[in-house]
Amino acid sequence: MDLKAKILSLVPEAVYNDRGDGMWTIPAGKFHDFAVAIRNEKELKFDFLRSLTGMDWGEEGLGVVYHLESTEYGHQLVVRTLTADRVNSSLPSVCDVWKAAEFNEREVFDYFGICFVNHPDMRRLYLRDDWVGHPLRKDYDDSEDINPLRMSNEVAKDDVESFDLQPDGSIIEHRKVLFDNDEYVINIGPQHPATHGVLRFRVSIEGEFIKKLDVHCGYIHRGIEKMCESLTYPQTLALTDRLDYLSAMQSRHALCMCIEKGLGVEVSDRVKYIRTIMDELQRIDSHILFFSCLCQDLGATSAFLYGFRDREKILDIFEETCGGRLILNYNTIGGVQADIHPNFVHRVKEFIPYMRRNIQEYHDVFTGNVIAQHRLKGVGVLSREDAISFGATGGTGRASGWACDVRKRIPYGVYDKVDFKEILYTDGDSFARYMVRMDEIMESLNIVEQLIDNIPAGDFQLKMKPVIRIPEGSYYAAVEASRGEFGVFIESHGDKNPYRLKFRSTGLPLVSCMDTICRGGKIADLIAIGGTLDYIIPDIDR
Amino acid sequence: MEIKKPKIKSMRYDDFKNNEYLEAMLKELNAHGTNVVVGCLDELINWGRSNSLWPFTFATSCCGIEFMAMCAARYDVARFGFEITRNSPRQADVILVSGTITNKMAPVLKRLYDQMADPKYVIAVGGCAVSGGPFKKSYHVVKGVDKVLPVDVYVPGCPPRPEAMLYGMMQLQRKVKVEKFLGGINHQVSKKEYARLMERDLNAERDELNVEQEKD
Repeated sequence: MDLKAKILSLVPEAVYNDRGDGMWTIPAGKFHDFAVAIRNEKELKFDFLRSLTGMDWGEEGLGVVYHLESTEYGHQLVVRTLTADRVNSSLPSVCDVWKAAEFNEREVFDYFGICFVNHPDMRRLYLRDDWVGHPLRKDYDDSEDINPLRMSNEVAKDDVESFDLQPDGSIIEHRKVLFDNDEYVINIGPQHPATHGVLRFRVSIEGEFIKKLDVHCGYIHRGIEKMCESLTYPQTLALTDRLDYLSAMQSRHALCMCIEKGLGVEVSDRVKYIRTIMDELQRIDSHILFFSCLCQDLGATSAFLYGFRDREKILDIFEETCGGRLILNYNTIGGVQADIHPNFVHRVKEFIPYMRRNIQEYHDVFTGNVIAQHRLKGVGVLSREDAISFGATGGTGRASGWACDVRKRIPYGVYDKVDFKEILYTDGDSFARYMVRMDEIMESLNIVEQLIDNIPAGDFQLKMKPVIRIPEGSYYAAVEASRGEFGVFIESHGDKNPYRLKFRSTGLPLVSCMDTICRGGKIADLIAIGGTLDYIIPDIDR
Repeated sequence: MEIKKPKIKSMRYDDFKNNEYLEAMLKELNAHGTNVVVGCLDELINWGRSNSLWPFTFATSCCGIEFMAMCAARYDVARFGFEITRNSPRQADVILVSGTITNKMAPVLKRLYDQMADPKYVIAVGGCAVSGGPFKKSYHVVKGVDKVLPVDVYVPGCPPRPEAMLYGMMQLQRKVKVEKFLGGINHQVSKKEYARLMERDLNAERDELNVEQEKD
């Protein structure tokens, strides 16, 4: 099928730009119909919105870039739409086509001030309601006089803004009710030991059952994307480790891959092997921590100690080679920071049988436990359609039967050379999400075992120029991080720093589907559901 | 009675760095003179307090994971009496601010701190809490938690190793040991002053609400 001809037949005004990955421009007026068409058309079926990025193109206007993929055919598409109006900018919302757009469009509204017409909930996602200005606009003034540190408590409103399109083409603003006056709303977080960080929920309950759940993000919004715009490419690397600190290796790998893609650099086989092994070790580390925290949340404190005991073994291996325990700063553009430590191979080989034995212990201690089974089985079911629509990748998607592993979909590193299974469960409940991660530890051990003896000789670092300039264009690269697809989108204008750098958060889709999963469930199960979704808040808020 | 240099079992006095501020505290304490009975009682109470500092489970980002590692088996924070992490600020003695504090989080943190019972301590863990760290140039990060709370001990690092956190906790222990407890930090306010403070707090709250109403 010719994708170009197909798109031109849908929207004859569409313009294709082949710089970098290539991108279609669709006029804003036709965008919603176009989105519905490519979502539903038999031959296209773009049902997975990988990433949604707000952009400020200066004089051209404000706009949004959509990265789409079809789960059925595997083909990909990058489209953008924009508006020249910088004061009252509005674009059509596509959250009725892809549910993933709901939170992402709120993010774009927060960052750029673009109102999405027909979006049910146009609040800021990260910043306070009384914040002045939209920080990712190029003309944003970040002086402390405009936005001082406000120490007044934030008042959570029970109604939200929304913009509706009238039949005559005008847009009216009105407020939609989120929680009725007679609803019983309780507040969970931002300081709560089981929200895994500073996430806040407002939950409306009826007796023990959850009627509606409203997520508040932004308590750890550090403005990394804006900071990256004033840093050079090698400098931006430092911040990725601090996004999802349990996927430090993979996040940095993704950014390095994206920059290398832009530069057209191919790293040596040795680097690919090392990066792949490190990614898998990091995945094991993260999944062990997942196990520990889930057990702790459900009241099994000794299981927490078991998990941390084994996690320290991986941290020791990391420390010898990278020098860090948590923030590793290992991948660099064109290679890795330092060659592997002489002990590395030996210690990893020691670790593999040790961990295999201990997984059995985990199952003995926790998995078979009657309480654990009752609290996890059949609780918090996410259907496959919803998982795709929300873009909930990683273990959560795979527990719902969606084969979303980037390592299989778009192999990178040396994943095309190793033999491994993609763990799939079809129940979509908390127990399936738990089991996916436990099985993935075993699978990761298999991958490491296949690679560890075959690391080829060669350079661990290519010679790079101190100032790196990526040719003009836009680039997207993704890796399978510990909890889903972590993507990096760079738009370069040929300067030494990126014009726009966006990280596709692995956690944002996971919290955006919390409302769908939890409705009708019990309030006590919220903890187990949140635990098994396994989100990391700094990665959501960025 | 003269108060001696604080001794803790885990580490020799000379092995610690930054002893000067402790000596300054001691000097001040001794200059005012200490009653023998009260002084001995103080010593006993401080011994108990310093060996059972209950931390508040508060973490916003990366440093929180190292805090968890510190509580787990290898680093075993229980050796020092800090193992009882409290999920309620009302039961905690010390808050380890581990992680970045953003503008949106700052009022929440202040509120949590206000809910803690006196005497209370703050440890700024990690570069972000000390000074904003790698996010110093960000538009939404508080440049050091000391802008919001009074900090007792700073632990630098990104993230600090669990050993560094333990060192910071031991520094706090030593600080607790040279405090005047009776008539000092447990100084109780009179009923009159209490009423005045309460009124001030209530009015402050009302002012804030007025601001909100005006905006609407």
